Amino acid sequence: MARSTNIINRIDKTCIVLFLLLVFMGWINIYAAVYNEEHSSLLDLSQRYGKQFLWILASVVLAVFIVIIDNRFYFFFSWFIYGACMLLLVLVLIVGTQINGARSWFELGGFSLQPSELAKFGTALALASYLNNKHQDLTRMSVFLPASAIIVFPAFLTILQPDTGSSIVYFSMFIVLFREGMSPYIFISGLLSIVLFFLTLLTNNLYLTFSLIAIAAFLLWLFTRKWKLVFLASAIYIVILSLMYLLDHYVIKAIGNELVVFISLVLAGVVYALYIYNKRAISALIIYLFLIGSIIFVNTVDYSFNNLLPAHQKDRVNILLGLRSDPHGTGYNVNQSIISIGSGGFLGKGYLQGTQTKFKFVPKQSSDFIFCTIGEEWGFLGSCAVIGIYLFLLLRLIKLAERQRSDFSRVYGYSVVAILFTHIFLNIGMAVGLVPVIGIPLPFLSYGGSSLWGFTILLFIFLRLDASRTEYLV
Amino acid sequence: MKDAFINRKYVITSLIILATLGLLIRLFIIQVVKNSYRLSADNNVLRYVTQYPARGLIYDRNGKLIVYNQAAYDIMVVPAQTARMDTTGFCELLGISPELFRKQLHLAITYSRRAPSIFLKQVSNETYARFQEKMFMYPGFYVQPRTLRKYSRPVASHVLGYVSEVDDGVIKKNPYYKPGDYIGKSGVEESYEKELRGRRGVKIYLVDVFSRIKGSYAGGKMDTLAIQGTDIVSGLDLDLQEYGERLMKNKRGSIVAIEPKTGEVITLVSTPNYDPALLVGRVRSDNYAILSADTLKPLFNRALMAYYPPGSTFKPINGLIALQEGVITPTTLFNCSNGYLFIGCHAHRSPLKLSDAIAISCNAYFSQAYRRVLENPKYNTLSDAYDKWKEYLNEFSFGLKIGTDMVNELPGFIPARTYFDKYYGEHGWKATTILSMGIGQGEILVTPLQMANMTSAIANRGYYYTPHIIKSIGNGGSANPQFTEKHRIGVDSLNFEEIIKGMDAAVNGESDNTAGIAALKEIVVCGKTGTAQNPHGKNHSVFIAFAPKDNPKIAIIVVVENAGFGATYAAPIARLMIEKYLTGQISNKLLEQNMLDLNLMH
Repeated sequence: MARSTNIINRIDKTCIVLFLLLVFMGWINIYAAVYNEEHSSLLDLSQRYGKQFLWILASVVLAVFIVIIDNRFYFFFSWFIYGACMLLLVLVLIVGTQINGARSWFELGGFSLQPSELAKFGTALALASYLNNKHQDLTRMSVFLPASAIIVFPAFLTILQPDTGSSIVYFSMFIVLFREGMSPYIFISGLLSIVLFFLTLLTNNLYLTFSLIAIAAFLLWLFTRKWKLVFLASAIYIVILSLMYLLDHYVIKAIGNELVVFISLVLAGVVYALYIYNKRAISALIIYLFLIGSIIFVNTVDYSFNNLLPAHQKDRVNILLGLRSDPHGTGYNVNQSIISIGSGGFLGKGYLQGTQTKFKFVPKQSSDFIFCTIGEEWGFLGSCAVIGIYLFLLLRLIKLAERQRSDFSRVYGYSVVAILFTHIFLNIGMAVGLVPVIGIPLPFLSYGGSSLWGFTILLFIFLRLDASRTEYLV
Repeated sequence: MKDAFINRKYVITSLIILATLGLLIRLFIIQVVKNSYRLSADNNVLRYVTQYPARGLIYDRNGKLIVYNQAAYDIMVVPAQTARMDTTGFCELLGISPELFRKQLHLAITYSRRAPSIFLKQVSNETYARFQEKMFMYPGFYVQPRTLRKYSRPVASHVLGYVSEVDDGVIKKNPYYKPGDYIGKSGVEESYEKELRGRRGVKIYLVDVFSRIKGSYAGGKMDTLAIQGTDIVSGLDLDLQEYGERLMKNKRGSIVAIEPKTGEVITLVSTPNYDPALLVGRVRSDNYAILSADTLKPLFNRALMAYYPPGSTFKPINGLIALQEGVITPTTLFNCSNGYLFIGCHAHRSPLKLSDAIAISCNAYFSQAYRRVLENPKYNTLSDAYDKWKEYLNEFSFGLKIGTDMVNELPGFIPARTYFDKYYGEHGWKATTILSMGIGQGEILVTPLQMANMTSAIANRGYYYTPHIIKSIGNGGSANPQFTEKHRIGVDSLNFEEIIKGMDAAVNGESDNTAGIAALKEIVVCGKTGTAQNPHGKNHSVFIAFAPKDNPKIAIIVVVENAGFGATYAAPIARLMIEKYLTGQISNKLLEQNMLDLNLMH
């Protein structure tokens, strides 16, 4: 017992306070979201706030339990936990209950469990375990690919449910790989491809392609500082492009402008290759490959978006981008959510005074759209406070992660940061209409036992690891 | 190895801070910069429910109710609230087909899933009662009470008009109206729309996203109550109106009766007519289509819109003008040898003075008198004399709209001099060219209402009040100050006495009467028959009359189309009307039965 007491003393108090603050805010805002004068007791178990109180109690017990367990347990059982989580994710596809079109819940009696909420910490543990102590070099494919597989596998399983939101969260763990030494190009490519993805949907492909070519020419100048070279490369391309265009226009008549632009670029690449080979111009090669890759990416996105993406996902993206307006259909949630938050103004309407919230204009008000209640009743100030608490927690967790002695703890810590950050950003972003509607909960605030427990476990395992950071794991 | 990447924590930290900043900026924009969201939120949560007022009631001159209201119920639907339900049972309950059910629901969904739409308009009391019991089985459906018109008797449809839902044109023109409102169409319902409609109220409810009412907004302080339409009292005598319609059944024509002292219209009949209840509620548009297509034109208000040549009933006017112009005196005699020039006449004693000429209805007399009017040396030209004559007619409101409180009134036709100039050339016409107008034939066209007004002016010996249906609004006085304004005719009342002497003789004369059938025992009826020639078939039978001779209480015109002589049909009907109005009973039951049974519509 002496050891346990000792451990509890060494747990990071700041994080505990932030955790308790967040769950408390969650609880009172769920109360506000489903507030009903007939059931005004905060502890009424027939209501969501009553149930959430139970979940909070249970999660506190869970947290204590996690802290009491020896830190080495998590290290040694990481693969076992990962395996169990993956098994649950497979099982839920077979025997899960379908709710709102997604097969992502286990239902046992009156109790339901969402395995994807638990699989997150399992994945974080496995990733941490894999990257531990071997001085892994993530620039090597033999290391990078298995690490990616650990992340992508559960993401793949959740997308089958289909639960796009949760699977995106797994991808955020590439941030961790970046911290641990993954090539910055992959990281930058990832960020760039997100930007390109939205640009593709917003603009004409042909214009985008030409813009990319222009950017490539500029980059070439930036790296080589040779006007002549840029001019020559452009001239070669333009000549080939003109010939190809005339050829298609008068002889073949079947290729289409976009393909003409691309094929010309590939043909011009043959000429460029001579130059690159002779001068060993690595930067030019990279720029060229980047360009080709981007154009392929843009067209793939365009094709998949229009032909492969399910209609409701497509609608959500289209509405977010303003390509379609439909305030009473798919856009209804977002529209109502923005109205709620916007109507809060600077100071908010006051606790329990939110008319939008009270009269259920926003669907999923207590779970995915809990931020509406905060925005409406607490205003800009309250919203800033909540976001501020989250930011403080994330920065605190980075600080804790960086002070770890073991790779295992650090990687795990960064995974926690990545997962929490993605949830927070996507959830609030969705509520304020900055990202498409993605059904993922706001950590610690949203109603729901599975998500609260999932986040509690995720956080407290790290706090437990941090408490004994001076000890060696093996 | 790991130290090599330690700086990447700054990249990650910056990424997180940047993303957070993005969220805060967005929040700042929607919460602080833009305030349009606050307005949206108000509309979201408050539902303005219109409180429809009941239209004002319409009474007759004796305080009998003519038009009142019945409750009707619109079945409303909020598509988003509907759930799986027993559609077949629902359709049976409302007595509708499954096709209509699907169609109406689809329409409602197209309009809005969350806002209420009218699912079924104006269901009956019985349907409502049945539906009310089982409403709980059909979530998303509820009932909105409305009021519809109800008529105490199936009469006076042309006078009353009808009520229908406003169309887009009205909504665009008049900002008061909103979709779903009712508006008076034709008749009194249209001309007194402002008084009858009342004022809409609004109840403000707090509603949630499922349109469920959560309570009254601000404790009902902001609500406004609907104000019921003002009741109006008409000058109609409901019993007489009904009697007139019974008498005119199976005949084409019109009766207009006016109280000369006030200008109040006592009865206004136009047949063929229809039951006003046909144009109420859900059946209105279907029935309207049927009535419009009817070859008998039951929607056509003959009393205000039909043009007839006045025929011999016009002779008193020409006699008056000739007297007033001084071209004849009461004792001036004219010869009649079965007519005058090309105008024929029937056999009677000759020569005749004015009153006898009216009683006998001598064409020759009035042709010659008219010729004197037109060839009066007082005027330089025939045209000037003609203009003077037309001026008199205009004073009686012939050729003009009288300005009554019924819509669709037509002016009739009194040709201007230019009309003849155009037809015959500027000096191409003489008094003899247009002589037939002296006996009420030729180009002159008048409406029954104008003839009734003329009769009223004769009864008053020289003035009339604008004929009007509605005598008072609410507890207040006259509907329109114009209706209490005396319109004087520029003819001396002594001259009227001469004409009235003739009209008295026409009914009550010993031997020469042309309308003896209209005579009553106790009451002196003055009248004038007319047989209006009509190019479309048999002559129209026309009769004008007023009674009693002194202190007249009723002035009346009866037109029976294509019936022949005025004395045959129009006069007896007028007599029955007068007797009924003044005594409340009928002395000659046989005559009454004959007129009721008469069918001229085959």
